[in-house]
Amino acid sequence: MPLRTWWGSARELAGAPRARLLAVAPESWREVMQDAAAGGAPLLALWAGNGAPHQRAVCAALMGDAGVLVIWLPVGDGGEYPGIQDLYPAANRMQRAAADLTGIRSSDPDRRPWLRHSAWPADAWPLGSPSMPPPVSPPPIDDYAFVRVLGEGVHEVAVGPVHAGTIEPGHFRFSVVGEKVLRLEERLGYAHKGIERRFSELGLLEGHRLAARVSGDSAVAFSWAYCQALEGMAAHDLPARAPLLRALALELERCANHLGDLGAIGNDAGFAFGLAQFSRLKEHLLRATLQAFGQRYLLDFIVPGGTRVDLDARGADALDEAMTLLSREVPRLRDIYEEHAGLRDRFAGAGIVTLDLAVRLGLTGLAGRASGQAFDLRVDHPWPPYAGLSVKKCVQSGGDVLARVTVRFDEVRESIRLVRRILSDLDPGAHVIPMPDPDPGVFGVGLVEGWRGPVFVALEAGEGGRVRRCHPHDPSWQNWPVLEHAIIGNIVPDFPLINKSFNLSYSGPDL
Amino acid sequence: MWKTLRQIARVGIATENPPPPDESLRTAQALAEEVLKVLGRALCIRHVDAGSCNGCELEIHALNNPIYNLEGLGIRFVASPRHADMLLVSGPVSRNMEVALRRTYDATPHPKLVVALGDCGCTGGIFGTGYATCGAVSRVIPVDVAVPGCPPTPTRIMQGILTALTQCGDQSSDLSTASSKAGNAR
Repeated sequence: MPLRTWWGSARELAGAPRARLLAVAPESWREVMQDAAAGGAPLLALWAGNGAPHQRAVCAALMGDAGVLVIWLPVGDGGEYPGIQDLYPAANRMQRAAADLTGIRSSDPDRRPWLRHSAWPADAWPLGSPSMPPPVSPPPIDDYAFVRVLGEGVHEVAVGPVHAGTIEPGHFRFSVVGEKVLRLEERLGYAHKGIERRFSELGLLEGHRLAARVSGDSAVAFSWAYCQALEGMAAHDLPARAPLLRALALELERCANHLGDLGAIGNDAGFAFGLAQFSRLKEHLLRATLQAFGQRYLLDFIVPGGTRVDLDARGADALDEAMTLLSREVPRLRDIYEEHAGLRDRFAGAGIVTLDLAVRLGLTGLAGRASGQAFDLRVDHPWPPYAGLSVKKCVQSGGDVLARVTVRFDEVRESIRLVRRILSDLDPGAHVIPMPDPDPGVFGVGLVEGWRGPVFVALEAGEGGRVRRCHPHDPSWQNWPVLEHAIIGNIVPDFPLINKSFNLSYSGPDL
Repeated sequence: MWKTLRQIARVGIATENPPPPDESLRTAQALAEEVLKVLGRALCIRHVDAGSCNGCELEIHALNNPIYNLEGLGIRFVASPRHADMLLVSGPVSRNMEVALRRTYDATPHPKLVVALGDCGCTGGIFGTGYATCGAVSRVIPVDVAVPGCPPTPTRIMQGILTALTQCGDQSSDLSTASSKAGNAR
């Protein structure tokens, strides 16, 4: 039956607009997932733990036509539930991470640990037990079972976790013949900081600070998604100015990241001029952000009930000037990028993800839009104030590095327009109002289109204003496995370029 | 090509003067003068992300933009710890990165400097110490200079790097004089 029918029997959920919760019995879990997959509803997140109400459960969030549907399946003491990897390939790592943290396992055959390397024993679960065994320092070396490629002339290239450039820690295992990549297998989890356990040690009104640090480059998106869930749970309406200020911050974050990436992608194709120019523009934008909101990166800007600081006339002028600079200089640089034969040669046809593959593997966000998936939460599932801003969706069909560069150029232009629009729309008023604690046991979700893609937060209130459970979900969960496919058949020296064109977060999904 | 050249000419030189060292960032005794002379004006840095949220990395990237232009001071990032004089370490040292960090430190030739970056690198920050994190970088390897901030600004990071390169209390040592000369020369 269509997902709509399940939607009809689900109950309203606080936080993100049009969100519902459906508790299912073990025999219906697969049925709902099959119906969702058949209807083309993307998987937003899968996590486990003490779901709402306080009980061992596995949860999955689906993006249906009607809205966000959270499926909640209580799991008995055996702790096993039917796996969904055949329906949603991206669920593989999410299921394994959930097993590492809670002991709640899927029935799927891949039982290799994901977030657990060797820092804690296999029978200790960070989200399942009040205390963890004392850590051994340094932890023993673990032996991860990479899939081996055999054949004449095949050899392996191992890279990381410490990389040659300034990037986050992760391990890439290439199986190559000559310079051609036959297979890439990623091993992540090196940046695992125990964020989900740390959440349950915090108060509900301070969790946004940790949310902002799940992935620092998406601080606004994560702290907004967290606060959206929290404010919905407390049935708390924001003053009209607050969502506009937040949207301003989100577009500045998108713009800054895109500018940084456009420079770095050019640099990885040997065009150092691009890095110098775009990093200069990004610096101007960060300085304007500092003038406007007191921080270069807005890690502490969004707070429960509104924003930490207001925007004054001087700050608005600084942002307006920065937009003038960008709208003059970015088109010039775009021109140069588009006319540069060497860049085009490296960009076009590198790291292709076809629309068909993107849909099957669940590619999401910016990379998804570069492969022809016309989905942007700001347009297709808008939350305040986005419905009133008439955002233009930026879509390309090539699925290669060139398409991902083009989407970034288009989105920078659109973000500049949005920043200017918001600056002119802002009416005076309060930017924050006091926030009460939600009642214990209340469950809510937040969903925001960050610069990389949909950022999802599931939050459950505990006793005495504490967080009982919080799962923050970065879109990199979905996109990392697709990168493994994008590189197949390309040459090893193109990996940095292809990798940078996705620019996925390590810290975000490592949690 | 013409458009590229015109853009370069139009922008001109954007580099600003570097900040002075800041003694308050120092956590260990300064290196001997003769050692600093060896490291001198051609310092090579290896960055290690030991589990940061990637906020610090964004500001490390900024060091190489034309405005801070760290490389203009003779200080550059290298691809291997075996080529490095200094490790710049961010993050609350996740236990999954502990061995990699220790090995990177061991692979760096003597004499070596370590700068811990950000609130996490200084104290463990918001993540603290737990089943998955060791906390401050100094709990895993010796640290010379610690730069707080979440994330620290590029100016503060530069100050941290320059402080590690100067003798204790000596504001007019080789490098700071040389760097201000470099700044003036621009």
